[in-house]
Amino acid sequence: MTPKTEETEDTEMEIKETKCERKLVIPGETIASGEDYLPGDFTRKEGSEVIANRYGLAEISGRVVKIIPISGVFEPRRGNNVIGRVEDINFSGWMIDIGGPYSSFLPLMECPRFINRNNIAEFANIGDVIHAKILGVKKGGVDLTLKSRGLGPLENGRLIKINPNKVPRVIGKEGSMINLIKDNTKTEITVGQNGFVWVKGELDGEEKAEKAISLIVEESSNSGLTEKIEKFLGGKK
Amino acid sequence: MKLPNINKKRILTLLRDGKRLDGRKPFELRDISIETGVSINAEGTSRVKIGKTEVVVGVKMDVQEPYPDHENEGTMITSMEFSPAAGERWEGGPPGMDSIEIARVVDRGIRESGFIDWKKLCIKEGEKVWSVLIDIYCINDDGNAMDASALGAIAALKLARFPVYDEKEEKVKFGEFTDKPLPLTEKLPLTLTFHKIGDKLIIDPNRDEEDSGEARITIAVSSVKKEKMINAMQKGGITPFTIEEMEKIIEETEKAYDKIFAEIEKKIKHVTK
Repeated sequence: MTPKTEETEDTEMEIKETKCERKLVIPGETIASGEDYLPGDFTRKEGSEVIANRYGLAEISGRVVKIIPISGVFEPRRGNNVIGRVEDINFSGWMIDIGGPYSSFLPLMECPRFINRNNIAEFANIGDVIHAKILGVKKGGVDLTLKSRGLGPLENGRLIKINPNKVPRVIGKEGSMINLIKDNTKTEITVGQNGFVWVKGELDGEEKAEKAISLIVEESSNSGLTEKIEKFLGGKK
Repeated sequence: MKLPNINKKRILTLLRDGKRLDGRKPFELRDISIETGVSINAEGTSRVKIGKTEVVVGVKMDVQEPYPDHENEGTMITSMEFSPAAGERWEGGPPGMDSIEIARVVDRGIRESGFIDWKKLCIKEGEKVWSVLIDIYCINDDGNAMDASALGAIAALKLARFPVYDEKEEKVKFGEFTDKPLPLTEKLPLTLTFHKIGDKLIIDPNRDEEDSGEARITIAVSSVKKEKMINAMQKGGITPFTIEEMEKIIEETEKAYDKIFAEIEKKIKHVTK
């Protein structure tokens, strides 16, 4: 159930490639000037200057300048797997809080099995946690769907909130980091791209997994992250 | 995000075994850090962190007319606000119910303990007294903002220095400080809040625990030569507390008081030296 999006793998690759040229920038800061540079992710071009749109680490790889943001809200994109809390129920579906500035809606039609229109709350009531996929992002909000493998309400376990920009770190390259935690703590973990992490397992394992995840978030920009997590998980076994 | 049902369920199952979500024991406090010298313009400032909860407190001094029924005593005004950045439940605008309650509880805790020697704040009886303004600003809310605010207020008061007062012009010269500290007594008041989740009691809850609780009680304690004294109490929430629970709370209050007291002494002495 590990969400493997293109984004995840991309950012991981970049870290391997350019370890040297990284600079902390704030929005509005000029990263590079000259016609040689092209604006990449989270940057814009004004005249001949490339300017930062987000707070993060600027990277110049070849001609392209891009930013790996280290803070900011979740920006929903089509195909993202997200975890949200049911905020409200109406006759045609559920309003889901997925964090960030958008309101999202899960229509009854997007549910893989038949649900009685008069008994929607039985499937997911207010306060329940749902793992869903983003069907589309429109002006008014986000549409969700459950029509995919492994989606649906999450029962038991616990929900943790992390910085959504650190989600690729928590997952690791092709899910390596998350599998490491899963194996060592014997837990089931689902990471939503919106920064919500669901952990289920034995009570001690859950606590350990939560601590490991917060350690990843804290140490994400330091080198030797995998070793640190391995040490943490192995140390207190 | 509001409290998800699964987290409440987890908190309840864990508490049955005497455990908590973050691995603490029911009466274990989170790490407390007290930072000083946050603002250069205020007479006394502090930044207190309890876990992820963070408050900034500033103490300002001004000269005012006393209240007619306390002509030779100084005055104190406490205000509290949650920054919109503290959490998604907080919005800008005038202080809401939660912040007003916290300000009042903090104010009462300090006032009733006799921590400040009010009579020494008098400049001229019936005409001019010092007024102490405590401004509390919560910049990150992860539960237990009540205790953090009270702790921050105490720390800021302990560090506060009088501003220069020009007697000829009868004006306070803001931005110029004397070395004279506030007339404080030994009775350090601390505020401790206990929450009741199901039928279990906990201290220092985080956001999720605070939301799952049905009732809370805040106790303002001070000590005179190792003898503890309850100065004020405030109950919130809908469910009642039993007598046995209250006894347990009082017992734990004393323990937690000693712990935090040692912390404050250690941190603040270091700065004032």
